[in-house]
Amino acid sequence: MDPRAIFDRVAAQFGDAVHDYKPGVVGNDKTNKGFINRDNEFKCKAERLLEVMTFLRDDPELRMDFLMCVTGVDYIKEKTLQSVYHLFSYPLRHQICVKVDLPRDKPEVPSVVGIWITADWNEREQYDLLGIIYTGHPDLRRLLMPDDWAGHPMRKDYKEAEMYRDMPTSRYSPLEMLSVYDKAHVQVSTDPNVPGGRKAGLTPGPEETND
Amino acid sequence: MSELIINYADSGEEMTLNMGPQHPSTHGVIRFIVKTDGEIMSSAEPDVGYLHRAIEHIAEKCTYEGFMPYTDRVDYVCAMTANHAWAAAVEKLAGLEVPPRGEWLRIISDELDRISSHCIALGAMAMDIGAITPFPYALREREYINDLLEMLCGNRLTYNYHRVGGVGWDMPEGWRDKVLRFLDHFEPTIDEFNRLITNNDIFVARLANMAPITGSDAIAYGLGGPNLRASGIDYDLRRDAPYSLYSQVKFNVPVGSGQMGAVGDSWDRFWCRVEEWRESVKITRQALDAIEATPKGEFWIHPKKLKPKGDAMARVEAARGEMSCYVVGDGSANAFRARFRTGSFNAMQVIREKSKGLMVADLVALIASLDVVAPEIDR
Repeated sequence: MDPRAIFDRVAAQFGDAVHDYKPGVVGNDKTNKGFINRDNEFKCKAERLLEVMTFLRDDPELRMDFLMCVTGVDYIKEKTLQSVYHLFSYPLRHQICVKVDLPRDKPEVPSVVGIWITADWNEREQYDLLGIIYTGHPDLRRLLMPDDWAGHPMRKDYKEAEMYRDMPTSRYSPLEMLSVYDKAHVQVSTDPNVPGGRKAGLTPGPEETND
Repeated sequence: MSELIINYADSGEEMTLNMGPQHPSTHGVIRFIVKTDGEIMSSAEPDVGYLHRAIEHIAEKCTYEGFMPYTDRVDYVCAMTANHAWAAAVEKLAGLEVPPRGEWLRIISDELDRISSHCIALGAMAMDIGAITPFPYALREREYINDLLEMLCGNRLTYNYHRVGGVGWDMPEGWRDKVLRFLDHFEPTIDEFNRLITNNDIFVARLANMAPITGSDAIAYGLGGPNLRASGIDYDLRRDAPYSLYSQVKFNVPVGSGQMGAVGDSWDRFWCRVEEWRESVKITRQALDAIEATPKGEFWIHPKKLKPKGDAMARVEAARGEMSCYVVGDGSANAFRARFRTGSFNAMQVIREKSKGLMVADLVALIASLDVVAPEIDR
């Protein structure tokens, strides 16, 4: 089915719950400076997502039986977290992308596990990495990061804690140490808090060995 | 002692076993928390994340082209298709063209790597259920492919060969003949492999009717590639949604039909991969013919000022299912967000469901038959 017709069919059923249909752009257009979507997509309101998704799967002319992937994107400038669903229909061989904009301070969206079972781990991963809350998910735990990890690492404003279980989460970069040493030609600091200090445990420079 | 064991089983108590993370047959660092009463499992809960290297996060830190070596690590057993997925996604995002010679070299390298990946999958699967001999047979063929790919791009495992806009190097002098010679040698060994293991009575009895996955389940769980086709779904991205120049090659798509038992059982998954060897050989031959007509040296259009703004999703048929890459660009030289959808990630969810009521030893066979590779799950 033509992607525009897919959108029209959904819009006829749900009115303004779905909006902003955009056809995918092909080719390189240098004059277009805006955000160019390359796939056919439309946006959906979070509170009516479940109805729309159930319709997309069950309608005999749409039959989107395959949820390819769930992706979270952190548009920090727009203060939006976006949950992106790529859908495909094996019987009818058509494809569409559904996007849901969520406020960054309260990113809650209904879980689609009840519609596509494969959403289970996909949503857990996006919760883990981006902190999108999929309400109604049967088992919303972290998937990849340890259970006691603090924060959601793929958020654009994420700052890693200095220590995790008494282990430092970073170390001095050897390159940084080299540049400190090369630039200064002075004694390498013995202060362990300074990059290039003794704490990093590299071979001591000539100044130090002369002591 | 035997009394003790029987008493234990009679009490109906469940035992919780840890399988992994360093278990040799979990194909990487994956842990299963198995609840078992005697040999029968009531559940096998996968615990993943041991190989999480934040590859998607690294993509935000380096340029589009600089990220290419990292894509090798998404799936290091079949790195070429991961290269292809990233390159295709960025090209779609920026609206770039790839010269035909570049596309054919991509197809040849993809298919060679697919053969090599299936060598590991099939050899390791046979070994996991106790047949040692097929493994060195399969790895012998894989060594030839490693040599050929090393001639092509200098690397044996993580190739870093594809580029945004083409491929990194043209094929060296005489390479085409060497590949043809390898294919001539490899085709009869498929039959040899079939005689050795695929149609072996003990092997068939072990795998037929084991953990069948129905077609609707396979779709619902998002399986892809050979795992999906073994369940009777006739769908191959290379044929049905052709990317690159796959529309110009002719090949069959092997679909599981339950020859030895139920449709979508573990034997069907094994058989599908064996048959894909043949198809990959066919595709490679056609690509090697077609590449003759393309001008030498035109294999890469170097993209200038690669700063796209927008989002794009590219789908590629990888060895263990559909690999899709979703990229968002914000107009800078780095990706704003990159996401890899991989076959193994979805296959893991099936294992949890299908392991209920299986024997512990069958869990090993089920993992192997789905060809799960840990780095693809964790990324």
